[in-house]
Amino acid sequence: MPSTDSAGLGRGRALAFVAPALVLIGIFLVFPALWSIYIGLTDYTLTGPSSVNPQLVGTGNITGALSDPLFGNSLWLTLLFVFGSAMIGQNVLGFTLAWSLRGARRWLRRLVEGLVLLAWILPSTVVAYLWVAVLDRDGGTLNALLNTPGTAWLVQYPMASLIVFNLWRGTAFSMLLYSSALNVVPPSQLETARMVGAGRFSTLKDVVFPHIRGHVLTNTLLITLWTANDFTPFLLTSGGPDHRSETLPVFIYQQALGSGALGYASAISFLLLLVNLVIALVYLRLLRRRG
Amino acid sequence: MRLVPLLSLLVVVPLTVAGCVGKPADQNAGQNADVKEFTLTIGANALAGGKNENTAKWTVDHVIPKFVEAQKAKGVTATVRFEGNGADDKDYKTKVALDLKTGGGADVQEIDGIWLGEFAQAGQAKPLADLVGQDKVDAWDGWSKIPKAVAALGDFDGKRYGVPVGTDGRVLYFNKKLFAQAGLPADWQPRSWDDVLEAGQKLKTVPGVIPIQLNAGTAMTEATTMQGVLPLLAGTGKPVYDNGKWQGASRNLKDVLGLYQKIYSGGLGDPLLQQEAKGRDKSFAQFAGNKIGILLESDYFWRSVVNPANGVAKMTDRDTAVGWAKIPAQRAGSGVGGQDFVSMSGGSIRVVNPNTKYPRQAWELVQFMNSFDATKARVAGTPQITVRSDVNDDVLKGDPMLSYVSKEVLPITRYRPGLAQYTQISAALQQATADVVAGKSPDDAAAAYQQAAVKAVGEASVAVD
Repeated sequence: MPSTDSAGLGRGRALAFVAPALVLIGIFLVFPALWSIYIGLTDYTLTGPSSVNPQLVGTGNITGALSDPLFGNSLWLTLLFVFGSAMIGQNVLGFTLAWSLRGARRWLRRLVEGLVLLAWILPSTVVAYLWVAVLDRDGGTLNALLNTPGTAWLVQYPMASLIVFNLWRGTAFSMLLYSSALNVVPPSQLETARMVGAGRFSTLKDVVFPHIRGHVLTNTLLITLWTANDFTPFLLTSGGPDHRSETLPVFIYQQALGSGALGYASAISFLLLLVNLVIALVYLRLLRRRG
Repeated sequence: MRLVPLLSLLVVVPLTVAGCVGKPADQNAGQNADVKEFTLTIGANALAGGKNENTAKWTVDHVIPKFVEAQKAKGVTATVRFEGNGADDKDYKTKVALDLKTGGGADVQEIDGIWLGEFAQAGQAKPLADLVGQDKVDAWDGWSKIPKAVAALGDFDGKRYGVPVGTDGRVLYFNKKLFAQAGLPADWQPRSWDDVLEAGQKLKTVPGVIPIQLNAGTAMTEATTMQGVLPLLAGTGKPVYDNGKWQGASRNLKDVLGLYQKIYSGGLGDPLLQQEAKGRDKSFAQFAGNKIGILLESDYFWRSVVNPANGVAKMTDRDTAVGWAKIPAQRAGSGVGGQDFVSMSGGSIRVVNPNTKYPRQAWELVQFMNSFDATKARVAGTPQITVRSDVNDDVLKGDPMLSYVSKEVLPITRYRPGLAQYTQISAALQQATADVVAGKSPDDAAAAYQQAAVKAVGEASVAVD
């Protein structure tokens, strides 16, 4: 009996401790998620009759999205953005920077790291407007540097501009992560590789990569999710011109608050969540295989 | 066992919280009618040092102190605050809609008249009679000074929701300096679309000049529809909404899109400018910098953009350098109602927020803001066509451009249909022009528009011819 009591007391006390956190999670996470799923099943709008009496449309929004060429366009652009700027771009550039700085002098390393990091720590709005100024057709820095007057980068090459922007901004995280990851590679193994005359590529592949595999996967997962959900493209191009840079988060915003189609936008948010889940599951599977 | 309390906490608490927010308050017409102390907020898309600066300054420097003073004379302590915004119209609309939806928002709101239908259908705007009582609404002497057609801007479904703040008209602006260089007359008045294109061809000979800037694309949102598609459609003889149906991929729409193609594929306009996120602002700056020959805009352009005193793209020589002409129909007599010239008008309205705690006082404030003195004070720095004929008689006489709009343009103008569906049709029209500017054929762009229109309003509500 006493053990039951103390166990009961323990449970009660534990509940009392976790309750505040649970309440907050409930209010700010669970409820919005459930609410979002619910309105994703309706034709709920921001104004007009459907904002008062939304009708259940079941999976109508999802099937509508799947047959909506603009959704397909956004999904494709999001994948392009993620693969171009994060999975490949930030990974490769971040690793290259970390690897090249490995043996560099301390002051040089600090300087480069500081400069790269600056891009990452500045607020998105600030860097976005900075880039709008850099890429501007009239008086933009890039046109002055490249001597390409009259090129409206954000209009003529919107996705390429976004990819370069995200690469510039996000590489810092990969670089930092790989800088610390490279510390786990035993110097003796690198030395051995050098002594047996292994090439740079095979040293990376056979000596370095097996040690930092976990870091690569973690980094890839994080930068993928950040990029897939990134809203900064809105600040640079608003998804334009003509939907040519409308990644999914921008598309969702345009549908929800631009057109007022809250139900449709919620359904698409759910699809974006699924895309994120698939990426996370693939990552977990790869990690498990490693284990 | 342990899961049950956890789950119930997770579900019950959020739902309880949800029940407490997001519901507009119930209202009765006499609520708090006799209080001796109240607080009100005025909301507008205006900001000191930013967008619609004059409205912001007028609200803070004139309306609030004078209204508070008037209340004090009655023995009432009033506190009035101004909630300024400097956002794009679309973003401002979203903010207001979200405010109203969640039971908040300024007590007196200035909104675009075209949003009224949507807000009213959602219960986010309510008839003045419901909020303050029919007798109180009818008792205002200001109604007699507002022409009926103008007052209708604040009506929806036969009910009065607010007081119009102002109206406007659209014309073709042209740069007289560039016209002189191109050998075009300073008193230019085109009589058909071909006349405009012909002038454009002549302007093309002036180096470094964009001959014609006709708003297009989705980045410019409603500016594309109001300062582009709608006046052009009216010039073909068919308004966007007629006999209970929205215009689909008709011959008229294809003609309009054909004109866009002639301008943007024919080297008369700058297609890149139309696709930039801030393209409209840039076109203002370029006109002021003598780089654009012809521009279709509302009188807002004259009084708030190139105004040498306080415009966002000041032209010190505005009064001599900027010319204006009526927008011609496609051909003489081909416009709506057989008109030779066409225009479109809009305007904002002031409404009382259904969530206000002090509906009677808010209505008093609205009346005060639309009184002769306050209206005159509002347009003192920048003359503007007001809804009050007594104020117009007084303030417009010194401004030839605004007098022209008031006398020559308003009699031939058209208003947009005050229906909730308009927003989606407008967005589809913007997309159609974006398609053409990006290189699609008018036929393909019209077909895509037809699809979007049918999706938005249903096949039965779209007329093809």
